[in-house]
Amino acid sequence: MPAPVIATQNLVKSYAVTGSKAARGSTDFVAVDGISFEVAAGESFGLLGPNGAGKSTTMRMIGAVSTRTSGELSVLGLDPNRYGPEIRSQLGVVPQENNLDTELKVRENLLVYGRYFGLPRAQVARRADELLEFAQLEDKANAKVDDLSGGMKRRLTIARALINEPRMMLLDEPTTGLDPQARHILWDRLFRLKEQGTTLLVTTHYMDEAEQLCDRLVVVDKGRIMAEGSPADLIRRYSSREVLEVRFGSTQNAEVAERIAAFGERVEVLPDRILVYSDSGERELERMSAVGLHPITSLVRRSSLEDVFLRLTGRNLIE
Amino acid sequence: MTAGERTTNPSLAPSSAAASAGPRPFGGLYAGNARSVMARGWRATRSTNWLVVVSGFFEPIFYLLSMGLGLGALIGQVQTDDGQSVPYAAFIAPALLAVAAMNGAIYDSTWNVFFKMQFARLYEGMLSTSLGPLDVALGEISLALLRGLLYATGFLVVMQALGLNLSWWALLALPAVLLIAFGFASVGMAVTSYMKTFQQMDWITFVLLPMFLFSATFYPLSVYPQGIQWVIQALPLWHGVELVRGLTTGMVDLGMLWHVLYYAVMIVIGLVFTTRRLRALFLD
Ligand SMILES: Nc1ncnc2c1ncn2[C@@H]1O[C@H](COP(=O)(O)OP(=O)(O)OP(=O)(O)O)[C@@H](O)[C@H]1O
Ligand SMILES: [Mg+2]
Repeated sequence: MPAPVIATQNLVKSYAVTGSKAARGSTDFVAVDGISFEVAAGESFGLLGPNGAGKSTTMRMIGAVSTRTSGELSVLGLDPNRYGPEIRSQLGVVPQENNLDTELKVRENLLVYGRYFGLPRAQVARRADELLEFAQLEDKANAKVDDLSGGMKRRLTIARALINEPRMMLLDEPTTGLDPQARHILWDRLFRLKEQGTTLLVTTHYMDEAEQLCDRLVVVDKGRIMAEGSPADLIRRYSSREVLEVRFGSTQNAEVAERIAAFGERVEVLPDRILVYSDSGERELERMSAVGLHPITSLVRRSSLEDVFLRLTGRNLIE
Repeated sequence: MTAGERTTNPSLAPSSAAASAGPRPFGGLYAGNARSVMARGWRATRSTNWLVVVSGFFEPIFYLLSMGLGLGALIGQVQTDDGQSVPYAAFIAPALLAVAAMNGAIYDSTWNVFFKMQFARLYEGMLSTSLGPLDVALGEISLALLRGLLYATGFLVVMQALGLNLSWWALLALPAVLLIAFGFASVGMAVTSYMKTFQQMDWITFVLLPMFLFSATFYPLSVYPQGIQWVIQALPLWHGVELVRGLTTGMVDLGMLWHVLYYAVMIVIGLVFTTRRLRALFLD
């Protein structure tokens, strides 16, 4: 097996709690609390977790713009503590919040960014035109960044990250805040990169995004890894084939929940609905009618990563 | 292959060379590519407010015309601190030249930098490439310094036209002005990198204005009581004014090297703090 492009072992990042410089050590806030995983070249790997899980913090350490507090980290075979610039020169980084250069035009953003890597002018110019096409922004080449839509800005940020032909892309919530169509365009672009052999590291709190983009992922919560595997694998391991979602109205949920506690493999009671995990949702619904329970609405669906997350943390992914 | 070569052309040999690179002299703080940061600045100036740039250029010229020629007609000759007599306009012109360099450098290294740090997240973007914080600091400071140089060159030409350069030493005023601009830009950026609010930024103006008025700009230092003289002599602008005045009036002496040293120290301190701060803000 080839050497992994990312290898973390007990990776920890803690922040000094502001105003307590004297009491450093014991009062530090631990954002990433000892996580370990490996990513192989060409793989598309996801970090799935709710707000504040430590996804961006992990990304920043891997992107060699944040120094780890402890643990081992190797990126493209190098230690970010010593080889920050070398590592960064081979990465394409799409941060959670766009940081495009608003004083420059769209195409200039690509040209200037390429020069930061010390790439020759001619090469950068050629690459910029290719990337404008890739990002479907050819006709916006001379537009101001502020005049672009959210989806266009995101595509430009991705295009910019590709200017140095990176071996690995770090994508921090690439599609958050975009409408479904814009998300699909982006996913399509990322898929092409993957086909070309670029390693992708993606964070998201959208399970559909994780299912679309990731070969393998870790579920992260409160700075720790809760589970690791392929999306299908995780669903198989932590959930049933199907899920029956029923609503009885918020006043009756709790009472009904007691009566159906033994249904299916497992029952989850949420404030607004009850989830019954089972091989066959229809069969569970029939059992309910048989005991005289008739939900206001019912829905049978396949299990998703959302269910995996609920099972692992007892909480919803998007709160 | 050295680490330096690799950072200039990373995409050609991605993996092999980096592993063999030993620890680099600046530990990843410097990639030798400050010029790309400067190039970015040049492109961006096209979208800046040219009125601000132009008014910065004319401000000291207006001072020179109104005070130097206007007041100068009333005052006539002034005794410098060296005890020699020069026309009033020739006395204040070099001071205004130093001020021009300071203003040009300060504008770019404070307000512009503050905006980029707080709102544009520009440096975050730069520092996720192979650039290091010293590249960013040097690039931005050099740009500020160029503006200072531009202002100063224009002013020096006006001085020449008005016959206010009394000696060939005046040619050395140009590098002197560059040094002054470098000093102010460097410290200006360092100070700005610690600022968090607009109110704090206003303190910069609050400090600069009295320094401009009282640093032996419009009259000799000997006007002040001894205690005040010491305070003025501790401030950077006075050293700039004395250095440039010595050169354009031709009253050169070895003691002027102290002024040079003062600015050299300013530059180093400014660079060290800016680099540290950028590192702490964006690479920690
Ligand atoms: N510079 C910092 N100083 C102090 N605390 C920080 C800093 N950066 C992040 N944190 C804290 O670390 C925790 C993890 O933050 P992080 O941004 O990694 O979460 P995330 O998983 O990316 O969340 P989101 O989905 O909201 O982006 C949060 O509680 C956050 O407040
Ligand atoms: Mg985040």
